[in-house]
Amino acid sequence: MNKGPVKGLDALKRMLWEENPVIGQILGICSALAVTNLVKNTLVMCLGLIFTLIMSCLTVSLMRNVIPRRVRMIIQVLIIAAYVIFIKIVLDAFLPEISNELGPYVGLIITNCIVMGRTEGYAMANKPYDAVLDGLGAGIGYSLVLLPIAMIREPLGLGTFFGMQVIPTDWTKWNMMVIAPSGFFCLATYIWIVRAFKSSGEKR
Amino acid sequence: MDIQTVHPFVIFFAAITTNNILLTNFLGMCSFLAVSKDLKSSLGLGAAVIFVSTCTAPINWLVYHKLLVPYELEYLQYIAFIIVIAAFTQIIEMVIERVSTLLYLTLGIFLPLITVNCAILGCALFLVIRQYTFMQSIAYGMGAGTGWALAIAALAGIRSRMEKKSKVIPELEGAGIALVITGIIAMAFIGFSGIVRIN
Repeated sequence: MNKGPVKGLDALKRMLWEENPVIGQILGICSALAVTNLVKNTLVMCLGLIFTLIMSCLTVSLMRNVIPRRVRMIIQVLIIAAYVIFIKIVLDAFLPEISNELGPYVGLIITNCIVMGRTEGYAMANKPYDAVLDGLGAGIGYSLVLLPIAMIREPLGLGTFFGMQVIPTDWTKWNMMVIAPSGFFCLATYIWIVRAFKSSGEKR
Repeated sequence: MDIQTVHPFVIFFAAITTNNILLTNFLGMCSFLAVSKDLKSSLGLGAAVIFVSTCTAPINWLVYHKLLVPYELEYLQYIAFIIVIAAFTQIIEMVIERVSTLLYLTLGIFLPLITVNCAILGCALFLVIRQYTFMQSIAYGMGAGTGWALAIAALAGIRSRMEKKSKVIPELEGAGIALVITGIIAMAFIGFSGIVRIN
């Protein structure tokens, strides 16, 4: 993995598969589990995270030469928090219902390790252009994990997809899929499948 | 039933069992998965989380209700909470370092980790959303921390035994199997539901 600094589009691409933040580095699990029982909420959450990642990577990267090293963590957190407040205000104004359902999880983007990991690990040492692509890649990589899980959990658990009824109403709903434990199982299965796929690719 | 009339002890109990911050709200997963490999360090981190969440919950309550609400600055709550938590862990780390080396080695080294632990911030956000009173917020902070520590201790115990005794599918090793075990623990905790109910 140490092939020197990754630049440009490669920084975006590696986040999607090789170093996917959720599967590869096991970061940002909290929200990955909590919001995935409804596709709509998951989509909003993913868009929020992508926005936060791009903007905070850009800001941190632009400011990387003026931030004193000793206090860099707290400054990064404050930059992230500022963008999350922006998201929260926009959500409250335009999608109050979803904002209500997501509850604390919008605010918890601040402590989502993916954002901190990218700003600390990449944006602090790279040019704004690369940092933005890196952030975008990490955000899309995160969405690539969350959306499939939500697409399995919502139809099986509630019989709906994006709020619409897709499975006949006489189908016995798997209550299990809506509550907490299935989140853990679904994510574990997803990690299993992806890793099996990866290792079979390496053998060839 | 109005939430303000619930006895703080009930909230403490509910925060450990039915509303366990880790098993039902999925908060603090990152450090939960990273540190749960051996029992000793997971107990240290658990103790640190209990301590920090018990202390920051009432501070955050005061900041929100006595500072932000009177000046109508509620939208600044995220920044306010994160500053309180970061400052608190920083101060405690310095104090512990001065007072006792032994305590610093068991508890202090985990404190920087806690600043970005979502369980602590989640705790502060929940007490605003659920409109707890001051006493209830102390009880909730303590309960949430205890519940988190209980879950990480359980997982660490199971994981350290599994490493010696059983074989895991290679693709599922590490985080995968930890998630499965946590799922099973979460199912066990569903057995508590119905005893007490808070939101």
